[in-house]
Amino acid sequence: MSMESEHGATTPVKPAVSLPPATERTLAAPAAAPSPVREFLSTRGSGKMADSTFAAVMLACACSIFVIVLFIFWVLIQNSRLSQAAFGMKFFTREAWDPVSGDFGALPFIYGTLMTSILALIMAVPLALGVAIFLTELCPRPLRAPISFLTELLAAIPSVVYGLWAVFVLVPLMRDTLGPFLVKTLGWTGLFGGANFGVGLLTASIILAIMILPIISSLTRDIMTAVPNSQREAVLALGATRWEMIRIGVLRNSRIGIVGAIMLGLGRALGETMAVTMVIGNHPDISRSLFAPGYTLASVIANEFSEATGDLYYSALIEIGLALFLVTIVVNAIARLMVWAVTRGAPARVS
Amino acid sequence: MSTQPVSMQPLRDPLQEPRKPSRSNVARRSAMDWIVSGLAILATLLVLAPLAAILFYLVYKGASSLNLAFFTHVPAPVGEQGGGMSNAIVGSGIVLALASLMGIPVGIAAGTYLSEFGRGTFLGNAIRFTADVLNGVPSIVMGITIYSMVVKPQHHYSALAGGIALAIMMVPTVTRTTEEMLATVPHAVREAALGLGVPKWRTAISVSLRTASPGIITGCMLAFARVAGETAPLLFTAFGNQFWSFNLNEPIAALPLQIYAYAISPYDEWHRLAWAGALVLIVLIMVSVTLVRIFANRGVLKGGS
Repeated sequence: MSMESEHGATTPVKPAVSLPPATERTLAAPAAAPSPVREFLSTRGSGKMADSTFAAVMLACACSIFVIVLFIFWVLIQNSRLSQAAFGMKFFTREAWDPVSGDFGALPFIYGTLMTSILALIMAVPLALGVAIFLTELCPRPLRAPISFLTELLAAIPSVVYGLWAVFVLVPLMRDTLGPFLVKTLGWTGLFGGANFGVGLLTASIILAIMILPIISSLTRDIMTAVPNSQREAVLALGATRWEMIRIGVLRNSRIGIVGAIMLGLGRALGETMAVTMVIGNHPDISRSLFAPGYTLASVIANEFSEATGDLYYSALIEIGLALFLVTIVVNAIARLMVWAVTRGAPARVS
Repeated sequence: MSTQPVSMQPLRDPLQEPRKPSRSNVARRSAMDWIVSGLAILATLLVLAPLAAILFYLVYKGASSLNLAFFTHVPAPVGEQGGGMSNAIVGSGIVLALASLMGIPVGIAAGTYLSEFGRGTFLGNAIRFTADVLNGVPSIVMGITIYSMVVKPQHHYSALAGGIALAIMMVPTVTRTTEEMLATVPHAVREAALGLGVPKWRTAISVSLRTASPGIITGCMLAFARVAGETAPLLFTAFGNQFWSFNLNEPIAALPLQIYAYAISPYDEWHRLAWAGALVLIVLIMVSVTLVRIFANRGVLKGGS
């Protein structure tokens, strides 16, 4: 701060040197003409120009965020015109994907995206809740910071590294160990039929689950920390066990926020590209088996965009991007509103 | 409180009966408590397992294939041994520098607006909300947008396009962290500056922003680390390059792109390089974040306070 005040004092107050005599004079002769200080203040610019310019520049930068969103929306709509005109809304319910004959429909990709995201949520949500409960309610204090750091480290690993790991570790594991085991124990459900290549919907879901876990668990932890301690104490005072306290005092109070956190995870899962592209098998097919290779909205763009020959192909891929953009915007908006509803006015995060 | 009903009904104590839970009830509830605690611990272990596995494989596979050539050579043609990713490391640096130059100032300015001017206003809330939503937009969407906007009219991929795509991704993150950090600056500090006759813009720049600068720098580094590993937006913008390139108007190599290309290739030699690249990428990300954290905490970068 010391450097700061020096800075602050030197710039606007050039007459700092002449100030002491001025005050002396005003003290000595109060009835004299306007004091030099007052004269200086009236001649000096008020800085209003600088202030308003600064505010305007800041505002312009802030509004650039709106501009970016509108810009993305506009560009995607403009560039997908051709496909919108050719297929209309039926684009999203058609199963065909035949670049050679120019026949495009997005249903297999929508199916793949929804299937992998929902499976990933089914796997990730209980684990994330478990981690959040452990970190906020059970964990001994010295362990709390390292474990939450480690789970957040999961979020810092780039998607392509997850993909690399999945290709060389998870896929063989799935093919040789996990897959046969699932067929043996859950084969009767009919979800695990067909050949198991290791790559497919289930593998993609597992890697997605690992990737969205830290997002859900760290948000859930924040939300659970925001529950006032008096709630916990009240429930405990009525003779509840610790789990009953967590269920009644904590989870029930924060359920809206937890749903919001899960939806944020869903938004991330819907748009995740690289890791999924590397292990999902990339085949536009709707199959009941979870071992079957699939395709998602994001991975079809990643795989086929740079080799999209023909304007209709290109514009169909852009329309898929537009759909992805709109869906993630809506999911994220709902999720954010839910999280805000809970954490607004909450104490700062204690980690 | 409990004495009153006792004195009113001396013969039977109604409060005593429900207060004494049956043994089986207590046992069931405490068993449930133990089960849930166990499940929570199990969940934590299950979550940490893949992290440990990923880090283990990275170090195990990556370190064994790291050598000096990796940092000094460009990729070798198929079938030839050796080769490195020097051009990809430098290319990543160039693209990221471009992105930071464009994204960070805008992000910090937007965060300053939100904290110093737009607090509590409808516009401020709307911008904050939009930034949060933009944060969740898939990176591949940025990639195809910039492709349609920059690459397609120019008819060639370029490092600049990659930088723009990453810059757009940095803006919302930097905005939100800047705003959060500025919110922690006590109002008394601003009032002191204003009371000395410092104009508001000057207060914002050299008092608020400077006091919050360690946090803001950390936030910028986190945004940087986040986009450093992004592949999807670069696929159709920076595109990748097997050779050296310093021209911003030409396709440029980037580490994540190279890792992706090598990982899905059928050659063992390239798989080896992909692991090495992933290890280098992670280490670069972690080191840059940690270094800045250390410096920010030590006060080397700390302005004002």
